[in-house]
Amino acid sequence: MDSRNFIAAFMSAPALVGLLLFVVVPFLFAVALSFTNLRLGSPLPLEWMGFEQYRRIFSDPSFVRALLNNLVFVVVVVPLQTVLALVLALLLNRRLYGITWFRTLFFMPVVFPLSLVAVVWVLIFAPGPNGMMNAFLDLVSLGNWTPRDFLHDPYFALPAIMLTSIWQGTGFQMVILLAGLQAIPAELYEAAAIDGAGRRQQFWHITLPQLRNTLIFVVLVTTILASRLFDQVQIMTQGGPNDASTTVMFETVEAAFARQQVARGAAMTVILFLVVLLITRLQRRVARQEREVT
Amino acid sequence: MTHRSFLPMIYLCLLLFGLLFISPIGFMLAGSLKPDARVLVEAGDWRAFWPAGVTLDNYRDVFARVDFARYLLNSLFINGMIVGAGLLVNSLAGYAFARLLWRGRDVLFGLVLAVMIIPLEAIAVPLFYMVSLVGWRDTYLVQILPFIANAFSVYLFYTHFIGLPRELEEAARIDGAGVLRTYFSIILPNAKSVFATVAILTFLSQWGAFLWPLMVTSSETVRPLPLAIATFHSLPPLQWGDILAFGVMMVLPILVVFLLFQRWFVRGVAHTGIKG
Repeated sequence: MDSRNFIAAFMSAPALVGLLLFVVVPFLFAVALSFTNLRLGSPLPLEWMGFEQYRRIFSDPSFVRALLNNLVFVVVVVPLQTVLALVLALLLNRRLYGITWFRTLFFMPVVFPLSLVAVVWVLIFAPGPNGMMNAFLDLVSLGNWTPRDFLHDPYFALPAIMLTSIWQGTGFQMVILLAGLQAIPAELYEAAAIDGAGRRQQFWHITLPQLRNTLIFVVLVTTILASRLFDQVQIMTQGGPNDASTTVMFETVEAAFARQQVARGAAMTVILFLVVLLITRLQRRVARQEREVT
Repeated sequence: MTHRSFLPMIYLCLLLFGLLFISPIGFMLAGSLKPDARVLVEAGDWRAFWPAGVTLDNYRDVFARVDFARYLLNSLFINGMIVGAGLLVNSLAGYAFARLLWRGRDVLFGLVLAVMIIPLEAIAVPLFYMVSLVGWRDTYLVQILPFIANAFSVYLFYTHFIGLPRELEEAARIDGAGVLRTYFSIILPNAKSVFATVAILTFLSQWGAFLWPLMVTSSETVRPLPLAIATFHSLPPLQWGDILAFGVMMVLPILVVFLLFQRWFVRGVAHTGIKG
């Protein structure tokens, strides 16, 4: 038994030590730092500040705007992306000629690094009537579109980032939903068809309930990813104009690196963690309720 | 199952969505192949997707203006190390948790599960401070080491190993093989699918890494591609043709990997979805 213990410890040690050193310790460190005033290159002595850092953060209009933007992003992107992914998954969930090609096509943007996606979309959002997005909107509005400088427009900067994110991320959701769809037993549909249920009824009474847990998972993942939004903001708008597209993560990096306020950045990351934790708990609750119902 | 009369409509929908999804990629490819000055001018109509007068000048420019090969090698090296070392380290841990009885196992596994929900973003600032204290900034090491051990990978290996039949190991034990020997000669060859899945997911999530390298590196010699494209994008003079050519070369390696292994990609992603 002792040699067993030794071998097991030996096998799991590298992973455990890595997680301890690079996740657990920094996390505890973040919590500790968030109660201090640590600032790189500052002459002030290190002080314990309690919740002062948090109080300051929540009275900073930029951070409040960032939180709000993250929230708006979730409220808009999560339903839009999930419905779009579901539509695509439903379209792809059949044996038709060429369907694998479409599956590959829709999934392709997922393999594009976000930094590259952001750069390409900066070009797509180019100002003036020659910009691709402007030209496209002009075409579909039959000439009623006034060209805009999307990324420098307080009303369009965040939506532009949203659209970019949806384009890149939908394929991922689609694949997960497709797997969920394929796990639904065909007998359910056959039985429903015999009972005279139409396609619409089958969708509402079989597909959606059967897909519920997968949908919860997809919504959860999208929400968590949305709360971490950074790359696109950094490359496309730098949070501007006037904080119109700033996010919690962007504010964190600004505080910790542009202004050397390490403690403030740490406190912001603790807030981010609490948000993620809250989302995860909420999801567990919903999933558990579902189990009790069925 | 599909009613015949629906077919044309389904194909029409697929085609329409397909066009929306592919057009930014087509735009990038076409733009990278045409003279730089025409990229912006022609972005507003069908010519955006048509490179009349194909030229490789933009590609030549990229190599003349930055050390592209260096960035590519950096990315390949960093990702190769993370994936390779990660497969070994996380699979061993997953195996120990799934198939061995040992003191402290359940407590530690609970810890691994708890760690799974801490995103990199939530620890980036203190982790940055820590690696600065030990003087690790601007190295390959700092871009590799923190990402080898991965709670999610351990969990994926665990769920796979726990489903393997007992008889597999028992035969080896009877023959006198130790735990490690059993692992390498019996378990490993029987777990190709989970190794492929974890490798793909790790590669996919690391290839685009942006935030952490942005924090910890400042010199071009160790920076990976995602940072390079952002820098190149802000490097005057702004030449879109060059930027798009850079983009094409940046995504080509992963696109090739994706097309070769796309069955695995899709299956791997789908599997993790169901587990959630």
